[in-house]
Amino acid sequence: MTWQKQILRVNLTSGTCTPEPLNMDWAYSYLGERGLATKYLWEGMDPTTDAMSPDNMLIFATGPLTGTMASTSGRFAVVTKGPLTNAIACSNSGGKFGASLKFAGYDMLILEGRSPTPVYLHIVDDEVSLLPADDLWGQTVWATDAAIHEKHQDPQLKIAAIGVAGEQGVRYACIVNDLHRAAGRSGVGAVMGSKNLKAIAVHGTRGVAVDDMPRFMSVVKRTWKKLEEDEGRKELTELGTNAMIDSMQAFGGLPTRNFQEVQFEGTDKINPEAMETPNANGHTNLISNKACFGCTIACGRVAHIDKTHFTIVNRKEYWHASGGLEYETAYAFGPVCGIDDIDALTFAGYLMNEHGMDPISFGVTLAAAMELFERGIITEKDTDGVSLKFGNAEALTIMAEKTGKFEGFGQLLALGSKRLCEKFGHPELSMAVKGQEFAGYDSRALPGMGLGYATSNRGACHLKHDVFAEDMEDQSAAGKAEPCKTSQDAIATIDSTGLCLFTSGAWDMADYAEQLDAACKGSWTRTTLEEVGERIWNLERQFNLAAGLTRADDTLPPRLLNDPAPSGTAKGRVCELDTMLSEYYGLRGWDNQGVPTPETLSRLNLSQKHS
Amino acid sequence: MIKALQMIPEKCTSCLLCEMACSLENEGLFNPAKSRIKVFEFEHGKTSVPYTCTQCEEAWCLHACPTNAITINTDTGAKEVNDDKCVGCKVCTMACPYGTVNYNSATGKVIKCDLCGGDPKCVEACPTGAIVYQEVTQ
Repeated sequence: MTWQKQILRVNLTSGTCTPEPLNMDWAYSYLGERGLATKYLWEGMDPTTDAMSPDNMLIFATGPLTGTMASTSGRFAVVTKGPLTNAIACSNSGGKFGASLKFAGYDMLILEGRSPTPVYLHIVDDEVSLLPADDLWGQTVWATDAAIHEKHQDPQLKIAAIGVAGEQGVRYACIVNDLHRAAGRSGVGAVMGSKNLKAIAVHGTRGVAVDDMPRFMSVVKRTWKKLEEDEGRKELTELGTNAMIDSMQAFGGLPTRNFQEVQFEGTDKINPEAMETPNANGHTNLISNKACFGCTIACGRVAHIDKTHFTIVNRKEYWHASGGLEYETAYAFGPVCGIDDIDALTFAGYLMNEHGMDPISFGVTLAAAMELFERGIITEKDTDGVSLKFGNAEALTIMAEKTGKFEGFGQLLALGSKRLCEKFGHPELSMAVKGQEFAGYDSRALPGMGLGYATSNRGACHLKHDVFAEDMEDQSAAGKAEPCKTSQDAIATIDSTGLCLFTSGAWDMADYAEQLDAACKGSWTRTTLEEVGERIWNLERQFNLAAGLTRADDTLPPRLLNDPAPSGTAKGRVCELDTMLSEYYGLRGWDNQGVPTPETLSRLNLSQKHS
Repeated sequence: MIKALQMIPEKCTSCLLCEMACSLENEGLFNPAKSRIKVFEFEHGKTSVPYTCTQCEEAWCLHACPTNAITINTDTGAKEVNDDKCVGCKVCTMACPYGTVNYNSATGKVIKCDLCGGDPKCVEACPTGAIVYQEVTQ
């Protein structure tokens, strides 16, 4: 048990919804979530398919521990071919939607084809229907959520939806669930929009059982306690992820003004202390912290905006609380755009959730546009009369809304930084890998992070490897390939369990193995899990190679390779990627073009070519 | 002195682990839909409130039951449903002004909080101390 052993396949072209048994051989080789969905994607579609084609598959996958009492068990993954990168896209989300899908009796939801008209999917256990969404098309995520709850008179429906950004194919549109959690990266929302699927609403009542409940609960009690006592966990609970902004500022790894600098003078206005300190009007940004399903950490923030602030002074519809600043949002609207207005940052965060967009890609794309503007390559004639100077908080919120509504210059920002900068003849100004924008860590100060960014299968991402401790200790490129590879494999496993990566500071692979072993029949150990992770990483790589990616895509923008960091602990350093990359390929058992050797594939029970 | 469940909404993070523990204790599996305790969320998560039977003195459910299936546990003060006597008529669910007695379509009986016989599992599961079980003056 613990897997529901059933998936739901929905063909949007024909309008059919068909349950089918889960392939248990695949479940034992790939667990769930990221890994299992990757296997179904690999077996189910041609990797060269255009991301926006009806032939692309969109998979929502829970893990074997999703919906259990293991801490942080609310996770699910959305896996598809991404329109931002033309590579495999894998976006992880929390909230309550994933657990509800599992409780309804499904490990995975596979969406294929394209509906002739807008629809939404309604699931209450085995009652599944595709319903007309013509009245929802053009609505925001929040309006859609409210309308579906109202229509079905069911407050227990958990809803994942796209906004206009997803409908219009904004390349980094995301899928927002439970109002402010998101499968955020790589444009999975645009794929959902291309299928004419506005939302998925699910109310599961069947529950989840595990194989050996007494043993499972005894392991869970132990792992809860271990997590509770962990210092990193305490910081996440008390300060949220934005605690990172002060560390990166001090270290000199905080990308600023489109990575021209690595430290930002305004962090004390947007850091966790600023969130908790009343402003001149006595308004305090932060209200409380909140958890995803089953989570004992609760790193999420709930905030509200000063009603006298220019962003909402005349817009009462935003005078309510909602999801507050997390580190990546604070970074991508703050330092990288040179903005230190906490209310503007919070409002732009609201807009991302309301319209369904990835704040990292939006913020870094806006930063690229700001650099194009400051260099005179684009002018106010291009930008609807808005001055895109670094530091302009009003420009941030105007452009966030224009992009979310797909209007004016927002239609160009919707392309992402790579396509935007290419369009204006300056591809070097795009701070991205494989077309996906960087998170808030500069590769010159954190070289292991640089290698992770360059080799991440979904394009630049800070969550697919963890070389943080090694980078903080030693800023040379030496010795970074091994921890990068090992952590990539470990995280591929964790991302496939149904649990949150934020447990990994407290738990080691044996802790995950013990929870899985009690929950799932089989023999789960540290060794088997390490092998599962490596298999997943290599299968993602195989997908990308089959899609046409090459070694040339495992690179960083010239700014990080050639322009030394101007300040901080890494002053004078560039990211020495080439040295690390060759060593990394060797450790992976790949040839010098980054292709897994037949021996490597055979060791991991992977097929050589796409059939 | 009798003990009662007390909710401290300011501490609730809406993780639903109370619902998970309740369903595990009573149904043997993880299923918030069958939990006797529910967390209600307001204004994008600004407030979340765990809520269950208050074991009220009036005991509307007990008096409404035509088969005397609901009785008082003298040790805990909990109003408990006797499954052998419950015929699933749902009159108690209408009598309860707080909406904390619910019908379980899978079993054809009603379900409500029984304080787990004096050791409420929701209290143990709550990671933030938002649910406490403590002595109260009547």
